Amino acid sequence: MSEISQEIAIEVRVQSTPLDPLQEVAAVSTGNPAIGGVVSFIGLMRDLNQGQQIAAMTLEHYPGMTEKALTAIVEEAASRWRLLGIRLVHRVGEILPEDPIVVVAVASAHRGEAFRACEFIIDYLKTRAPFWKREQTSDGRTHWVEARASDDQAAGNWKES
Amino acid sequence: MIRLLYFASLRERLGRGGETLEANPGSVAALRTELAARGDVWAEVFGEEQRVLAAVNQEMAGTDQPIGDGDEVGFFPPVTGG
Repeated sequence: MSEISQEIAIEVRVQSTPLDPLQEVAAVSTGNPAIGGVVSFIGLMRDLNQGQQIAAMTLEHYPGMTEKALTAIVEEAASRWRLLGIRLVHRVGEILPEDPIVVVAVASAHRGEAFRACEFIIDYLKTRAPFWKREQTSDGRTHWVEARASDDQAAGNWKES
Repeated sequence: MIRLLYFASLRERLGRGGETLEANPGSVAALRTELAARGDVWAEVFGEEQRVLAAVNQEMAGTDQPIGDGDEVGFFPPVTGG
C-alpha cells in the first residue's frame, strides 16, 4: 500500500437492495475537513432504450470478480489523481425505471481532480466491470443489452500516453 | 483440473452455468478452440470471429494468457453495467 492510498477513504460495494445516492454522497463528503469538493455520478434506469419501452431490467454480475474489478478501477483512479475519498456502489438484481443503478462519488481538495476521477471511474466501469443488463420490454419479452462502441471509445480516451 | 464459468447470454445459449474439465488445455486460446470443437452452439459461441471475453482467476485475460491447474476461467459477452 502506498502512502497516498492510506489517506483515501475508499468504499466499493455491490448490492441487490435499493441504492440511496444521497446517503452515499453524504458519506464521502463528511469526516475530513481537507475535502474541498465532491463530484458524483448517479446512473439511473431509463424506461426507453433504442426506441423500445422498457418495463424492468435484471442486472447479472460475476460475484467475486465484480468486487475485484471495481476495486482495481478505484485504485487506478487513486493513483492518477490526488483524492481524499471514493465511493463506488453498484446495484444488481431486479431493477425498475428511475431506480439508481450506480453511484460514483469522489472527494478531493480541489474540484478538477474529483471531476476527472469521477468520469474516469464510470467510463472504465462501463467496459471493465463484469455486469450484464437484461431488459424486459413492455410486451413481456426479454433481451440482453448489447455493448456500445461509444463506451469503448470513452474508456480508450483515458489511456495514459 | 480447471473450473469454467459462463455468464449472461453465454450461459443461456450454452444451457449451463459452468463445468469442470479434467484436462487443462494450457491457455485461453487453446481452451476456446477445444470448446468450439464441440460443435453446434459451442462452435457458434466460441468461433474465432465471436467477441467473447475471458477472465482467469477473476481477472480479465487475453487469448495468450496461460491457464494453471486449479484455475477458474470465466467466459462472458462484452459488459454492459453502469
